[in-house]
Amino acid sequence: MMLESLNIMAALPEILISVMACLILMYRLYDKSCCPNFMPFVMSVSSLILAGLLALLGRPEEAQFAFNDAYIADSMSSVIKAFIAFITAAVFIYGARYNAERGYFKTEFYVLGLFGVVGMMVMASSAHLLTLYVGLELFSLSLYALVAFYRDSRVASEAAIKYFILGGLASAILLYAMSLLYGLSGSLQIDTIATQLAALESDNLGVSLAVVLVVVGLAFKLGAVPFHMWVPDVYQGSPTSVTAYLAAAPKIAAFAMVIRLLVDTLQVQHITWQPMLIILALASVALGNIVAIAQTNIKRMLAYSTISHMGFFLFGILSGTAAGYSAALFYVLIYAVMSAGAFGVILLLSDKQTESERIIDFKGLSQRSPLMAFLMLVLMFSMAGIPPFAGFFAKMSVILSLIQGDLVWVAIVAVLLAVIGAYYYLRIIKTMYFDVPDDNAPPVANNHWAIKALLAVNILALLFILPWIGNMLDMTQFLMLGK
Amino acid sequence: MNEFLLSILIWLPIIGGVAVLFFSKQEDAQAARVFSLAVSILVFALSIPLWMDFDRSTAAMQFVERAQWIPYFNVEYFLGVDGISMPLILLTTLLTLIVVISSWVVIQKRVAQYFAAFLIMEGVMIGVFAAQDAMLFYLFWEIMLLPMFLIIGIWGGPNRIYATIKFFLYTLLGSLLMLVALLYLYNKAGSSFVISDFHDLVLSMTEQKWIFVAFFMAFAVKLTMVPVHTWLPDAHVEAPTGGSVILAAIMLKLGGYGFLRFNLPITPDASHALSGIVITLSLIAVIYIAFVALVQNDMKKLIAYSSISHMGFATLGFFLFNQMALEGAMIQMISHGFISGAMFLAVGVLYDRLHSREISAYGGVAQVMPKFAFFAVLFAMANAGLPGTSGFVGEFFVILGAYQVNGWIAALAAVTLILGAAYTLWMVKRVMFGAMTKDSVAGLKDLSGREMLFMSILAGFTILVGVWPAPLLDVMRVTLENLLAHVAVSKL
Repeated sequence: MMLESLNIMAALPEILISVMACLILMYRLYDKSCCPNFMPFVMSVSSLILAGLLALLGRPEEAQFAFNDAYIADSMSSVIKAFIAFITAAVFIYGARYNAERGYFKTEFYVLGLFGVVGMMVMASSAHLLTLYVGLELFSLSLYALVAFYRDSRVASEAAIKYFILGGLASAILLYAMSLLYGLSGSLQIDTIATQLAALESDNLGVSLAVVLVVVGLAFKLGAVPFHMWVPDVYQGSPTSVTAYLAAAPKIAAFAMVIRLLVDTLQVQHITWQPMLIILALASVALGNIVAIAQTNIKRMLAYSTISHMGFFLFGILSGTAAGYSAALFYVLIYAVMSAGAFGVILLLSDKQTESERIIDFKGLSQRSPLMAFLMLVLMFSMAGIPPFAGFFAKMSVILSLIQGDLVWVAIVAVLLAVIGAYYYLRIIKTMYFDVPDDNAPPVANNHWAIKALLAVNILALLFILPWIGNMLDMTQFLMLGK
Repeated sequence: MNEFLLSILIWLPIIGGVAVLFFSKQEDAQAARVFSLAVSILVFALSIPLWMDFDRSTAAMQFVERAQWIPYFNVEYFLGVDGISMPLILLTTLLTLIVVISSWVVIQKRVAQYFAAFLIMEGVMIGVFAAQDAMLFYLFWEIMLLPMFLIIGIWGGPNRIYATIKFFLYTLLGSLLMLVALLYLYNKAGSSFVISDFHDLVLSMTEQKWIFVAFFMAFAVKLTMVPVHTWLPDAHVEAPTGGSVILAAIMLKLGGYGFLRFNLPITPDASHALSGIVITLSLIAVIYIAFVALVQNDMKKLIAYSSISHMGFATLGFFLFNQMALEGAMIQMISHGFISGAMFLAVGVLYDRLHSREISAYGGVAQVMPKFAFFAVLFAMANAGLPGTSGFVGEFFVILGAYQVNGWIAALAAVTLILGAAYTLWMVKRVMFGAMTKDSVAGLKDLSGREMLFMSILAGFTILVGVWPAPLLDVMRVTLENLLAHVAVSKL
């Protein structure tokens, strides 16, 4: 095998993180100082930032293939990788004190996190179904372990087992779909499959079955209704630092996976998967928004909110046009930023004794901690899709793609459901601003000013991006060019 | 400076409002008040050239500013005013100034944040009136909800949370449907959000009806038409006085403005086809809601229902499609801004002293508060439509306009002159006159100099527009003629 055909430079960010993860594990063995886990944490965060920069600055003008065409580095995957790396780094920082106070501040935690990031990056860059599957499994297995990181907790173990079993099932379904596609096209190479399928009749039963299985597998991974059952339990049961990790960056990776499978591979079958996605998306938005109202735990509430956001994200995909995919990418990027911010607030509020995860823990927060309350207010309005926050533009571009795709009725139902969704976000604001704090309200944890500043930048970006929001939309449009 | 005047009017109060937040400490409260007063006086002063330099002979947009903002969606930063929006902007700057003065001592909790909310809201509301790009309009329209949501929720009465969430969700429902309509029009107009492009767009009857309904939902909720009016009494009762004033005097007018800017010119055929329904709803508001107002025990609730009834006149005037009625409806909107603002301030004056809004808690107030009684009776008369006050001009024009269309509509609308007098004067009688049976009332102090100030300003405008409406009509005439001519042409 020639070195040129390997073209390993295209995979530099992944290679960097993998190497660093191994080095960090070894370093931990030899550090005999008082706090042996501190340097691994710093190294993890800095290698993430470095990898993100490498992906962003080294993004290729034209798509480059590596590892004998099993791997593709294009501008979409580069930008997605950069976002994944930066958001994960931020989430690591938010969770550092939380982890330290609970004894999770371990090298293994961060190494698992890094391997998960490599998995996500590989998913984003796959040009071959096996690459995709390997990336997915690398990511999923790291995450199963992270969810179970607090092994003495019954809820965490329950969440991990649920996640593991359902995730394994979803992987199996996806794998079965891939085997069918292989049988139909004789290849696992994504572009070959696409050309082979285009030659087949569109109502070919085998292809339809493969499409159904792909959609089911993806819906499991995204947590779209009716395959959402694991989401609330995993969000609530995991340590908050893990929830933050799995709620933000993996959604971007999931977008890449959807693009690679549904668009790059199965675009010709758009007519088959569009109705399925309409049902999945509407059901997700409806169930997510309605059930979220009944929650008393904010992590669980955000889990249902995620389900509804994934529905909105699917609205962008299902129109089947480049403009729709671009809207979906924009949506998912904004969502990841919001989600990291929301769990960041919870992490910063939790102190040694309290988890600050019940909604009543936010009572009167505007008086106890004006900054945190204001940041949460921005997040809630943004998630509810109220302008001028970026969440509005995300919703708007998705709804526009529905209208352009002649699906006005879906758009109307979607906005009506969004009104229902606004209620539970408003309830958080009401709890923070209109309610008076209890006497026994949990104390607000002390955080380093730099961490607070980072969180503030993360969240206020949703407001201050406004003058440049067009540039970001142009970017997503450019990344989806020709899809 | 005139070329950036609208931008200044929008951004100065917003930036000023954010700056007030730096006086958030309790000991800086006085500084926050003075600073807010300075900003609101400055904004009001800057809005005067809008009136002076306004060209009354053209229906075209004036004081235009236009720049690209989001090329991806072709969203423009496009501002301009015509004869419909300019008077409403002046109303906004005036009422905000009055709210700042009236809240001087009343608000003692989170002072800086309170004034900041009102200043930011002022800028955003001016933005709604000035935006000529539909997406910019929509952004301002929705942002406006946020400060009001917080004002009612933080400084409101005991049931404020129910009221503010109801207010928010009602308006959000309406505006999200409008968003779908706007995006549909954007797509239809070949990727343009400019409102005047929508005006010239050819649309089939089915499309027009759907779009009409979507806009109607947004504006009817905001203007509180029956049957989507139920949020208003709740919001008014719970809001602090300043919130009620802005809500009644300006926010309701935004709904009316929306009808004139979107419904009539974009969907003229649907507007004609569905005008029967709108007129019926307006008459129900005018008559039925007046009866509802009659039986209220809470003064604020009574004025809230009176607002709904008066806004019925505005919508009635919009959908009669003649110049007389349309001018009357516009005068009614401006005049109601003065009168309802003043009436809520009057209730605020009493509430600050006795902490009750129940009519039965008062009686014989005129004996201890003669100055206050003068203003209260004046505004009550204006609310009832007494000739010589601005309340009369609007209602009279609309009734005359209605007569040109159908005598029955005019007759039914005219009932309000009786019912309006009944509920307002009966309230005044029970509060102001009669025997003074309560000891608490005997201890009331009359108006302070500050209260005299804002009451006199509003009284002055009410009488000025009442006896000499010509300057106001001159400003609006050409724009409204142009609008009517546009609506008369079918798009089919």
